[in-house]
Amino acid sequence: MHIVYPAVVSALLFSIGVYGVLARRNTILVLMSVELMLNAVNLNLVAFDVWLADRLHSGQVLTLFVIVIAAAEVGLGLAIVLALYRNRRTVDIDRLRALAEPPPATATPEPRTGLPPATPSTAPSTAPSTASSTVREPSEVAAEVEGGRGGGQAIRRERGTP
Amino acid sequence: MTEAVPSYLSPTGQEIVFLLLGAVAVGSALLVVTTRQLVHAALWLVVCFGALAGCYLVLTAEFVAWVQVLIYVGAIVVLMLFGIMLTRAPIGRSSDLDSGNRLVSALVALATAAVLVTVVIDGFRTAYTPLAAGQGAARELGASIFATWVLPFEALSVLLLAALIGAIVLSRTDIPGGSPPTAAGAAPATDGADPSGRAPDPDHTTGSQ
Repeated sequence: MHIVYPAVVSALLFSIGVYGVLARRNTILVLMSVELMLNAVNLNLVAFDVWLADRLHSGQVLTLFVIVIAAAEVGLGLAIVLALYRNRRTVDIDRLRALAEPPPATATPEPRTGLPPATPSTAPSTAPSTASSTVREPSEVAAEVEGGRGGGQAIRRERGTP
Repeated sequence: MTEAVPSYLSPTGQEIVFLLLGAVAVGSALLVVTTRQLVHAALWLVVCFGALAGCYLVLTAEFVAWVQVLIYVGAIVVLMLFGIMLTRAPIGRSSDLDSGNRLVSALVALATAAVLVTVVIDGFRTAYTPLAAGQGAARELGASIFATWVLPFEALSVLLLAALIGAIVLSRTDIPGGSPPTAAGAAPATDGADPSGRAPDPDHTTGSQ
């Protein structure tokens, strides 16, 4: 077996994974592309293990480890995606830009941030202030990226101001 | 490695099988990243991983091949399908799966492929190994793991436990987080679980304000 064949196949798989990570919008599709890249690495490891005739089988053992780490990564990634979907009602990467720099001119948030409908409903009940319940500051929007904790802190900070 | 490298023009049966499986893997991977239906992407991922398991079998890595079938095809793709289902993704054809920077990413991927394939062909043109069966059987691999690689193996089990706990913590909704008790009472998802019997939060710094 020429070693060029598995090396070329794994290089092509890796490039396809790079394309998928960069071009896809859905977060689950991005995770799938990451899996493609990890599999390209696995193919390389197995091929070079066979080529070098390693007595300790480093390549194949490392392949098993990479598979285990990929399983853990997919589990955690899907948990993060589900938490994101619970808070923002979307998994589109292009719309999750609340961690970006706020627009410098005005305090109006841009409409593409995808704010959850549940979190602003608790803000007027706990905060009797009149000014800050209608217009949301961009810093507050940015603080809500952290999910419930950041939202709770933002609400408390808002209540402590008057 | 050897001085007498067989010609590329007369491939053996193993190489033909490997190239066919590699073509299937690359083609289904292309379909994974270009299809317009989300569920079809997961199913093409099954085809790609199955073809890669066949590649491992041809490369005499039997145990890795079966682990690939068990974990990737059996567990990871099913997890992906659960994720697709739980995020209420559109089942049919959807047109917004690709972002706007598709051309740029295709350019980057083509450049990556060109560089990698050129370097790999240039570097390993004369590398050849005869394939002998039984190099990657479960016996040899198990002896290697539990003799030499025992410490990383145990570290990986701890990592799996940490990932398990992290996934549970991330996906539960009735953990109140670092919010104060009044805000936790107003939170929507506190279905009868008392906050006192729970483990203390690592970030209790908000309660001191």
